[in-house]
Amino acid sequence: MLQTLWNSRVNCIAVILFAVGFATLLLHRNLFKKILGLNIMDTASCLLLTSMGYIEGRTAPIIVDGVTDVTRYGNPLPAGLVLTGIVVSVSVTAVMLALTVKLYERYHTLDLDEIYMIARQEAGKEAPQ
Amino acid sequence: MSFAVNLPLFCIVASLVCSVVSSVLDGKHARWLSMWLSFAVAVSSLLVLGAVRENGEPITYIMGHFPHPWGNEIRMGLLEGFFSLVFSTVLFLCMKGAKIKLSQDLEPSKSQFYFVMTDLIQASLLVLVYTNDIFTGYVFIEICTLASCGILMIRQIGRTTLASVRYMIFSLIGSGLFLLGVTILYNITGHLLLPSLHEAAGALWQTGQYRIPLTSSICLITVGLAIKSGLFPFHYWMPDTYGCATPCSSAILSGLVSKGYIFFLLKVIFSGFGTEVFYGSGVQNVLFVFGICGMIFGSIGAIRENDIFRMLANSSAAQIGYVYLGIGISPEAGVIGALFHILTHAVTKPVLFLSASRLSDAAGGSKRFKDLQGCGYAFPLAGFAFSLGALSMIGIPMTMGFMSKYLLAVAGLEVSTKAVPTLLALALSTILNTFYFARTIIRLYTPGTPLARVTARKAQAPFGLSAICFSLLNLAAGIFASPLIGLLRQGLEYFGKVG
Amino acid sequence: MKKSDLRAWLRSWDAGEFDFTAALSAGRSAPEAPAENKDHPWKLEPINRLEQGEIKSFRKIYPFFAVVLCCIMIGFLLLTVAKLPTYGSPDSPAHNEVMERYVEKGMEETGAVNVVAGVILDYRAFDTLGESHVLYTAATAVFILLLSLKGSGEPEQEKKIMQSDPLLKSTARIIVPLVIVYGIYVIFNGHLGPGGGFSGGAVIGGGLILYAIAFGFEPLDRFLNLKIYRMVVLCALCFYSFAKCYSFFCGANHLETIFSPGTPGMIFSAGLILPLNVAVGIVVACTMYGFYSIFQRGRI
Repeated sequence: MLQTLWNSRVNCIAVILFAVGFATLLLHRNLFKKILGLNIMDTASCLLLTSMGYIEGRTAPIIVDGVTDVTRYGNPLPAGLVLTGIVVSVSVTAVMLALTVKLYERYHTLDLDEIYMIARQEAGKEAPQ
Repeated sequence: MSFAVNLPLFCIVASLVCSVVSSVLDGKHARWLSMWLSFAVAVSSLLVLGAVRENGEPITYIMGHFPHPWGNEIRMGLLEGFFSLVFSTVLFLCMKGAKIKLSQDLEPSKSQFYFVMTDLIQASLLVLVYTNDIFTGYVFIEICTLASCGILMIRQIGRTTLASVRYMIFSLIGSGLFLLGVTILYNITGHLLLPSLHEAAGALWQTGQYRIPLTSSICLITVGLAIKSGLFPFHYWMPDTYGCATPCSSAILSGLVSKGYIFFLLKVIFSGFGTEVFYGSGVQNVLFVFGICGMIFGSIGAIRENDIFRMLANSSAAQIGYVYLGIGISPEAGVIGALFHILTHAVTKPVLFLSASRLSDAAGGSKRFKDLQGCGYAFPLAGFAFSLGALSMIGIPMTMGFMSKYLLAVAGLEVSTKAVPTLLALALSTILNTFYFARTIIRLYTPGTPLARVTARKAQAPFGLSAICFSLLNLAAGIFASPLIGLLRQGLEYFGKVG
Repeated sequence: MKKSDLRAWLRSWDAGEFDFTAALSAGRSAPEAPAENKDHPWKLEPINRLEQGEIKSFRKIYPFFAVVLCCIMIGFLLLTVAKLPTYGSPDSPAHNEVMERYVEKGMEETGAVNVVAGVILDYRAFDTLGESHVLYTAATAVFILLLSLKGSGEPEQEKKIMQSDPLLKSTARIIVPLVIVYGIYVIFNGHLGPGGGFSGGAVIGGGLILYAIAFGFEPLDRFLNLKIYRMVVLCALCFYSFAKCYSFFCGANHLETIFSPGTPGMIFSAGLILPLNVAVGIVVACTMYGFYSIFQRGRI
């Protein structure tokens, strides 16, 4: 078991990173750190995906000297997929950060629990029950 | 093959182009473009449906020069055509019905962005319905998430921003898990196109090789999509989200976006994993249990609310529970029940949201029940549409809600181990549904309060039109359900027919 | 010991640290609440007891659940990973006939020496079409949130950015042209070597941001304001969509396209890949700069 895990250590690291990101997301009340957690999760997925394309002893899938022998190159498909993953992660981060700026402007704190409390009080003020 | 097979491609590209063009238009023109885009998509979906019927089997359309397993593809079957028809019609009616409300809620200088987002939602729903490739699905799921977040937060009061943060966090966990699942699936099968996946996954399942990774990827993909569509333990974003967004957004999000994810999940189950693998893995039992929990807890949540929008949102969580209950029961009858319930909810919930917003206008903008007293008299049409929708959600005969509950119950009876829990859950949740919807209807028709008489009784033609259309659709599909069920059954056969 | 330690550690990590958004929003609007909510939310009366208790008990059990959940997840995923095909082995199921065709026939069929470019812009071009729209969606969402269309923002703040370090200025003067030229090279070389629209666009966007940091936004505003940004993105994305629609249509109906793979290895080869890379590069560069500008001062 340990031997297998050691052999696929890159995958293991990716998976552990994913869980670390998830834990960061769950445990922190600070919105900014939640976003960091999300980013770690995305990065971990990308790492796992990249590692799928790696084949020992082969080079990147860019044809050199017109040699199209399949045993010389790595798998090009995961690289393409990772690109998508990265773009998605960048976009999502931008939107989350914009939301953070907006929230901070309004509530002057990043602690989500505090924000919830304030928002609840606001709602109570608008329409007293 | 007829020219109609090209239409899905054109619809998708047209939606994307319209979304980009809308950003340079002003709000009015963007709205016009967006509405007629959904109308055109609805018409072309009808043509596609005709072409598939004529062809007698699903049509695979290569996106590019390479067939599977090399290049992207889309696939048209009966279900695909029919659901894109329903989704685009509902989108059209939502935007039509909320026309005036939208112009009040949106900041004029930014209102075109709203329609950029609805166009993108249209595009991504189309792709989620038609795609034959799991990774394309992932990309458009992300577009759908971002666009839904966009239509949520465009009404910038503090609570919507907060709700969008919550929505985004849940959605992103969901898509992270989904991507992880796809990665693992790719590693053990080497394919991303659904037909090739079907073959590879079936072969792996039979030899028993990579059993654990296969199961875990099924779990991850299912859980990811379940989180995004708001299944029970993950439905906490719903009340906040639907409660404070502009009603049109709530209608689109609850009626369409979450259904798009579920449809994609069904597509992956049937054309990707294959029913044998998915229903052999035991994940359906988890969906079954959480579906039941969702039905009960969603309804209890709805009873506890005293804000009409939040009540409807909690009720959405309960309805999502019904759909997953159906998926959990069995791959044939259960899924037909689930599909029917998707239709029911897609037709009913938007009109509930729209008419609720109309009724709350009558109450001077308040969403509290006690202010809504007597509002049914102020706007008779909105009151009628709301009541009909509520009756359909409860499951009164002659409405769609009755048919979907009936189908789910019959499906439950076929599986001996699940019969008792299904029936009990259906009965209990119907009682709870009746409780909170009947309470609302009674409140609406309890003779008036001063508030309702003060507000101007300006009739709204667009709302009226859309409310009447929704109600007619609901009644028609409820009364003449058997051709619809026949279509779903045949479509489901096409769904599993891969290759 | 674990329980209290963990909580204390979490609290210390959560409290009193550098607040990134404070720095961010210092560059833009002053911390005055907008006129509509005059009663500042942060001056509300203390939260009532009951709710406080609710939150406290929730906070007590919540980290446990979270940690347990994460541990279960790690275990579950490690078990999965242990059963996956060995890392780096050539006979993993992922390296199958799909990959073989991409490598062996890719150059011939798409004309791209860089197989990855061939895969994402020809074999799986539909994904990439969606991908470029993801970025557009995000940009629109950020616009909805942060774009202020009222006048010119706060000129003082912008001036402050302009009075930057002379060292930064002279370095930027040398580096920015190099960065942008390198970005253009990466875009145009996308089908021949490592690179492509996304990476090249990001490099150019970085160059523009560096320029804006060193010299302020004013010189850039002349050729990259909101109107131009919109038109450029509109043209690039529409070109992308229409070109791909044409190519999909021809492919599915087995028609000849006017784009041929050409001679692999030449700069003008590989059919649609080069123009698509350029279109994507423009979108990415503009969006990256747009993000920076809009976060910094609320407009482009």
